[in-house]
Amino acid sequence: MWELIQSNRRKSLILFFGMGALLILIGYVFGSYYDPEAGGVVGVFFAIVLWVILSALSYFAGSKILLAVSGAKEVTKDVHPQLYNVVEEMKIAAGVPFFPKIYIIDDPAPNAFATGVKPENSAIAVTSGLLSTLNRYELQGVVAHEMSHIVNRDILLMTFAGVMLGVITIMSDIFFRGMYFGGGSRYRSRSSSKSSGQAQVIVMILAIILAILGPVLAQLFYFAISRKREYLADASAARLTRYPEGLANALEKIANSTHKLRSANKVTAPMYIVNPLKREGMKLADLTSTHPPISERIKILRALQQGVSYNDYQRVFEMIHGKKEKIIPDSVLKESIAVTPVIGLTNEDKDFNPIEARREANDAVMKLNDYNFINCKCGVKIKIPPDYNKPIVVCPRCGTRHQLR
Amino acid sequence: MIYFIIFLAVIVLIILFFVSIYNALIRLRNQVKNAWAQIDVQLKRRHDLIPNLIETVKGYMTHERQIMENITKYRSQAMNAQTVGEKAQAESLLSGALGQLRVQVENYPDLKANQNFLALQEELTATENKISFARQNYNDQVLMYNNKIQMFPSNIVAGMFNFKEEEFFEIKDVAEKEVPKVSFN
Repeated sequence: MWELIQSNRRKSLILFFGMGALLILIGYVFGSYYDPEAGGVVGVFFAIVLWVILSALSYFAGSKILLAVSGAKEVTKDVHPQLYNVVEEMKIAAGVPFFPKIYIIDDPAPNAFATGVKPENSAIAVTSGLLSTLNRYELQGVVAHEMSHIVNRDILLMTFAGVMLGVITIMSDIFFRGMYFGGGSRYRSRSSSKSSGQAQVIVMILAIILAILGPVLAQLFYFAISRKREYLADASAARLTRYPEGLANALEKIANSTHKLRSANKVTAPMYIVNPLKREGMKLADLTSTHPPISERIKILRALQQGVSYNDYQRVFEMIHGKKEKIIPDSVLKESIAVTPVIGLTNEDKDFNPIEARREANDAVMKLNDYNFINCKCGVKIKIPPDYNKPIVVCPRCGTRHQLR
Repeated sequence: MIYFIIFLAVIVLIILFFVSIYNALIRLRNQVKNAWAQIDVQLKRRHDLIPNLIETVKGYMTHERQIMENITKYRSQAMNAQTVGEKAQAESLLSGALGQLRVQVENYPDLKANQNFLALQEELTATENKISFARQNYNDQVLMYNNKIQMFPSNIVAGMFNFKEEEFFEIKDVAEKEVPKVSFN
């Protein structure tokens, strides 16, 4: 785990400086295009200020904004005990000191995401649809996947990468609009000498190339990392639960769901366990999709028969992918110890009661909407809506009178 | 003079090397201790849940007195256990008895519909899972710690400062695999 964080930090730094250099270059070239003498510096300054503001915003408020946009509500243990317990189980399995906050999104489409740049203020959000479709082991797999994102510090990496991508996109957008409306450099008429005119043309061509390629490059870079982090989180989840079948089944159920997540958009899509926007795609879409194809993730998880260590995941990945690609950092592979999977839990779905699960999920949503619940001694659960204002409620089965506060 | 400085530098390097190994050992040992504390918390939690469970179940399950007596007996055994091995032994017996109870619950539809019992059952399942995940984490930590103690060159430092190998927390599967006895009286 420690090595994973280390390698992630290193990767964050490389990414950070790489994209930062691209940002400064774009700022300089665009600036020079508008004003050959002082514009470059102004452009760089503008780019950096924009980046700093957006980074600070996403660092300090990003997770709050994300949770608010997706309509997530924080829950306590009594709202959905199973979810709370599963999160605690994964916290224990990972051996980490922090306890992520738990959120439920009232949406029939099954999905989940994790957020929080620091593990101490991290949060895991699941939809009510997820709670009503998955059994305990599948839910465990999903939560383990999200927990891995937090533990591996993926969120920090993806946040900064996302902001860089955003700034580069915004800048090229501004540039194109400027070209369209302003028609080009304000100072062109002033620069009379031939050589400076030539330089001007070069700068303009360079600027146009950067404006077109910059966002594409940044996006490919961003997507590549995002996909790698998904595989890595799957590997960590298999290792945490020792039961890859749970996550595999969960992914299958999520992929087969016909519901569409209402609150998801292009910006928040990479955060979810399964891309909420695109249907599982063809090979061609691989390069530009934020998530690896679900079928492939499931295939790898199901092939983890002999062991669920990082080594096993890397081996199986290469076997199924048919090419050598490092999914797990070397430093982790070296340290990883043999881990045997749990086998023989497969009849778990027999115990799973979909009606009960749906009721639990509905209850959770009702509790979020301020319904009051009373467990009667006779075993009946009485649900009282928030606008019920009589002082006493009578149990419909045994007739016990319950005092309300 | 120059040889003396080189000699001194080599000595300092060796000392630094040993210090780093020593610190790594300390870190691993603390992780093992912390992992053990996590197991202990969950085991206590299970012990606390049991009286509540017996209380809820008692009224419904009139024919399973033997199982309930076993649960109570193993619970007190587990609470009095001292070493890791003893604890593992007693806790696995307790797990087995609780498993038997769970199988018998199938025969009591009224109990299965009771909301209090359902809530308790979820708590019990979660606690069992937490125990096994804490155990998993503990055993991983012990493996890494023991590896470090046995491997060269850290074994030298471990021997010098008396780092001792830790015991794995292994649940003997005997009790869990035991087929529940069905009585027809």
